[in-house]
Amino acid sequence: MIDKSIINQLKGIVGEENVLTQKVDLVTYSYDATADVPTELPDVVVMPLDTEAVQKVVKLAREHKIAIYPRGAGTNLSGGTIPLKKGIVLSLQRMNNIVEIDAANLTATVQPGVVIATLNSAVAPYGLIYPPDPGTVATATMGGSVSECSGGLRGLKYGVTKHYIMGMEVVLASGERVRFGGKTVKNVTAYDFASLFVGSEGTLGIITEITCKLIPAPKYRRTMMGIFNTLEDAGNSVAGIIASQVIPATLEIMDNKTIRTIEDFSKIGLPVDAKALLLIEVDGMTDEVVEKEAEAVIAVLKKNNCQYKIANSDTERDQLWAARRNALPALASLNNTCIVEDATVPRSRITDMLVAVENIAKKYNVTIGTFGHAGDGNLHPTILYNKYDKEETERVHKAVDEIFESALKFHGTLSGEHGIGIAKMKYLKDEIGESGIKLMQSIKQAIDPENLFNPGKLVPFKEA
Amino acid sequence: MTDEKTKLSSGKTYHDDLSIVRSEVDKCMKCGNCMAVCPVYGVEKEEASVTRAKIKVVDAVLNGQLELDDPEVYNMIFNCLVCKSCMTNCPSKVDFGKIALAMRAALVRKKGLFWLKKMIFSTLKNPAVLNTGIKTAAAMQSIVFKADKDIKAISPRSPFALVGSGFGFDSNRKMPELNSKTLKDITPEVVKPDEVKVKVAFFVGDSLNYFYPDAGLDVIEVLKENNVEVHIPKAQNCCGIPVLVHGDIETARTLARRNIDTFEKTGCDYIITACGSCGGAWQHEYVDLLKEDPLYGPKAKYWSERTFDISTFLTKVIDFKKPKGEIRSIVTYHDSCHLKKSMKVFAEPREILKSIPGLEFREMSAPDNCCGSGGSFVISHYDTSQAIGKKKALDINSTGADTVATGCPACMMQLLDNINRFGKKQRVKHYITLLADSYRKERKSG
Repeated sequence: MIDKSIINQLKGIVGEENVLTQKVDLVTYSYDATADVPTELPDVVVMPLDTEAVQKVVKLAREHKIAIYPRGAGTNLSGGTIPLKKGIVLSLQRMNNIVEIDAANLTATVQPGVVIATLNSAVAPYGLIYPPDPGTVATATMGGSVSECSGGLRGLKYGVTKHYIMGMEVVLASGERVRFGGKTVKNVTAYDFASLFVGSEGTLGIITEITCKLIPAPKYRRTMMGIFNTLEDAGNSVAGIIASQVIPATLEIMDNKTIRTIEDFSKIGLPVDAKALLLIEVDGMTDEVVEKEAEAVIAVLKKNNCQYKIANSDTERDQLWAARRNALPALASLNNTCIVEDATVPRSRITDMLVAVENIAKKYNVTIGTFGHAGDGNLHPTILYNKYDKEETERVHKAVDEIFESALKFHGTLSGEHGIGIAKMKYLKDEIGESGIKLMQSIKQAIDPENLFNPGKLVPFKEA
Repeated sequence: MTDEKTKLSSGKTYHDDLSIVRSEVDKCMKCGNCMAVCPVYGVEKEEASVTRAKIKVVDAVLNGQLELDDPEVYNMIFNCLVCKSCMTNCPSKVDFGKIALAMRAALVRKKGLFWLKKMIFSTLKNPAVLNTGIKTAAAMQSIVFKADKDIKAISPRSPFALVGSGFGFDSNRKMPELNSKTLKDITPEVVKPDEVKVKVAFFVGDSLNYFYPDAGLDVIEVLKENNVEVHIPKAQNCCGIPVLVHGDIETARTLARRNIDTFEKTGCDYIITACGSCGGAWQHEYVDLLKEDPLYGPKAKYWSERTFDISTFLTKVIDFKKPKGEIRSIVTYHDSCHLKKSMKVFAEPREILKSIPGLEFREMSAPDNCCGSGGSFVISHYDTSQAIGKKKALDINSTGADTVATGCPACMMQLLDNINRFGKKQRVKHYITLLADSYRKERKSG
C-alpha cells in the first residue's frame, strides 16, 4: 500500500531525518504502555515539525487511503496508539514548543509534543500550575493527554484534562486546519468543539496546538494517612470527609492485597493486616483554611475507627506518599504481566466495588490488588499474571469482563481516565447501548468519512 | 524458569547466553518512565533512543522477529550511554545494564569484534569527527578491541587514551594534556603515614593514571593525611569496563581475575577508587562476570563488599580529618552516572565539599543528569553527546560557580570540552583535589 514514491513524498514534506522506515524503528512504534493488546508494525513513522507539514501528510494519506495514527509519548493504557491496520504513525514529539505563557489571562498555548511536566516547570515561576496530573506527567505529552482526557490524583478537587482545555488548532481529514476556542473564559460561539476533541483518542483529527487554562498554585498543604480494619470504615470516612464539606486535593485508597504487596516490596512499615489505607492531602492558599480542613478530616477519621498519621515535614510527607508511589511497582513485581484497569463508580459505591473486585479475584483465582482515587470513584484494579500460562490468561480475561460488569451495575463507567482504545471496545455497547454506538459512528463518519484517523480505536465499525 | 536454571548451572552468565535475560526483558511494562530521564532520548525525541524500545527490540530478537545482526539492531543497542539513569527511574526495577551487556556480548559472539569495530566507525556521522577519526581509528583498533590474551598489551589502553592522544575531533576540542609520566610511574607501591590506622589498596584506573595523575596523587595525599597506608600495586590493570561494554567478555573476565589476584596480594582491607566506572566494576560487574567461576566468583563477591569510593571511605568507614585550610571558591557538583547510579554515591562528595572552610557550595539544577560522555559514545555519537553536554554546561553556568567538581575522570574530560564550548571558563576538578588543596593550605599556614 505504501510504496517508495509515497515514502519519498513524505521525506519531501518533513525532511529525510523525520521519516523512519527501518524495521527496528517500526518495531519501536508497534506498542504503547498497554498490556495484553495486539501489536502491529506501522509502514512508516513520520515526525512533522509544524502544522503545514501535518496538513500535507494528511492530504497525501487521504489521497492514497492510508491510515494515520497520531502519537505522543505512547504512555496510554488502552492500546490507543497501536497502528492496528498499518499505515503512518504520526509522532508529534518533535512539535514541542511552548508557544506562549499568558499569565494575565491564566493561559498557556503549546504544541502537542510538550510534556506535561515541562509545561508545569515553565509556568511555576509565575506561581501557576496546570493541574491534570496523570501518573505519567513526566513523560506524557499534552497532545496525548488531551486526546485521552487524562485524569490523575487531583481529579476530585481540580478536575481532569477536559476542564482545562480552552481552545485548539486541529488538522481535519480534509487536510484543512480549524481553530476554535481561545483565551476567553466564556465562549459559546459555534459547537463546543473542545469538548468533542478532548478524549476523542485521535479518531477525529490531529491536534496541532492547544490553549489551556492555568490556576494559581496552592501555597499550603497537609498530608495524612489513615489505616482501617474494615473496608466499611474506609468507605464511611470518604463519605464523611465530603459530607463535612472538605474537598481534598488527594483522597487515595488501597486494599489489603496492595498494602501487603507494598510492605513485602519496600518494607516501609505498613500494617499488613489493615483492610484499607487512605492517603489524604488537603491544600489551599492560606494556612488557616488548610489547617481547619485537616482538623475536619481528622475528626472524621477518629469517628471511623482509624489509626492515622499526620506529616509534619516534607520528609514525613514523602514517607506517607511512599506507599502510594510504590503501589503499582510493587504489584507489577509479582508477575510478568500487569493489567491496570480504571473502572470507575460513583464515590458512594467505592466500598461495594472494592468488595466486588475481591470476590472476583477469589472466584477466578487471580491476583488483583486495587488502589485508586477514592475521592472520585476511580479505582485501579491491577491484575498480575503469567502471560505464558494460557489457562491463567483465560481466567484473567473472565475476571476483567466481570469487573466491568460490576462497575456498570453500580452505575459507574468502563473507563475513568485511560480511555476505550482497543482494550475496552468490546464493552462499549454495554454502557452506551446501540443508539450510543450509532451516534459515535455518525459523528466519526461526518468528520472522518474515510476512517483515516486511528482506525480500530474507540468507535466500533463493521469491517467494510 | 527451569530453563534459566539449567543454563546457569551450565556455568554461563547473561554475558554468555542472551536468553538468560528473558525474565529481565519480561519485567518491562513499557510504562515509559525511562523517557523522563534518558539523556539520549531527551536530545533525539525518537522512540528507538529510549530504554523501553531497546528492551522491546531485545524481545523481538529473542522471539525471532528481528535478526541479532541486523545493522539497525546494532545501531540502536549502541546508541546508549549505559548511564543507568533509566534504572533509577524504573518502577519495575528492570536491570537494563544487564540487558544491554547481554545484547552487546551476543552481537560480538555472533559477528566477532572486528565486525563490531567496523560498525562503530561506520556510524561516525560528523565529517569533522571522521577526518581526525581516521587517526583515532588506528589507535582505537588496538585499544578497545584488542582481544589477544596478552593482557599487558591492553592494560595501558582505554577508549580514553585515543581521545587524549593529542588529536581532537575539531579545532575546539579541549582535552587534558597527556602526561608523559603516568600515576603508576610516579608513585611508590606503598605510601606509609607515620601512624597507620588502616591499610587500603588504591585502584587507580586508566583515566586517572593517564590523564589526571595529579588527582590520583591527591587521593593518596588525602589518605595519608588521614593516617591510611596506601598500596598502589603496579601490576594493576584497566578495570575492564571499556572492553565489557563493547561485548568483549573474555578479556573483561581476564582483566577482572588479574586485578583480583593483584589486590589480594596487597593484604589490604579495602579497595579505594576515585572513578565511578572503576568502582562500579569492583562492586557489581566482577560479581556478575565471575558468578559461575568457582574460584573467582567468591573472591569477586568478597571484594565487592570492600570496595569504596574515596568519599564513602572518608565519611563512612573512617571519620576523616576535617579540613581547616580556607578555599575561596564557589563550587557546584556534577553527579557522575556510574558514581551515583551504580555505586549510589552522591551525599558523600557533597559532605566533603561542604566541610571545606570558605567554600560556597551551590547545587546546579538536575546535578545527576548525564554529561554525555559514556566512554566511546562521545566518539561514536558525537552530535548527541555534545547536545547532552551543552545542557550540562548551561546548568553549570546558571549556578555562577567558578569550579565544577565531580567524582569521575571521564566526566571531567567531557565537562572540560563542553565548558570550553558553552561554559564560562569554570575550572573542572575532582572533588578530592579541593579537599587536598584545603589540607595543603592548612599545612602551609600552620
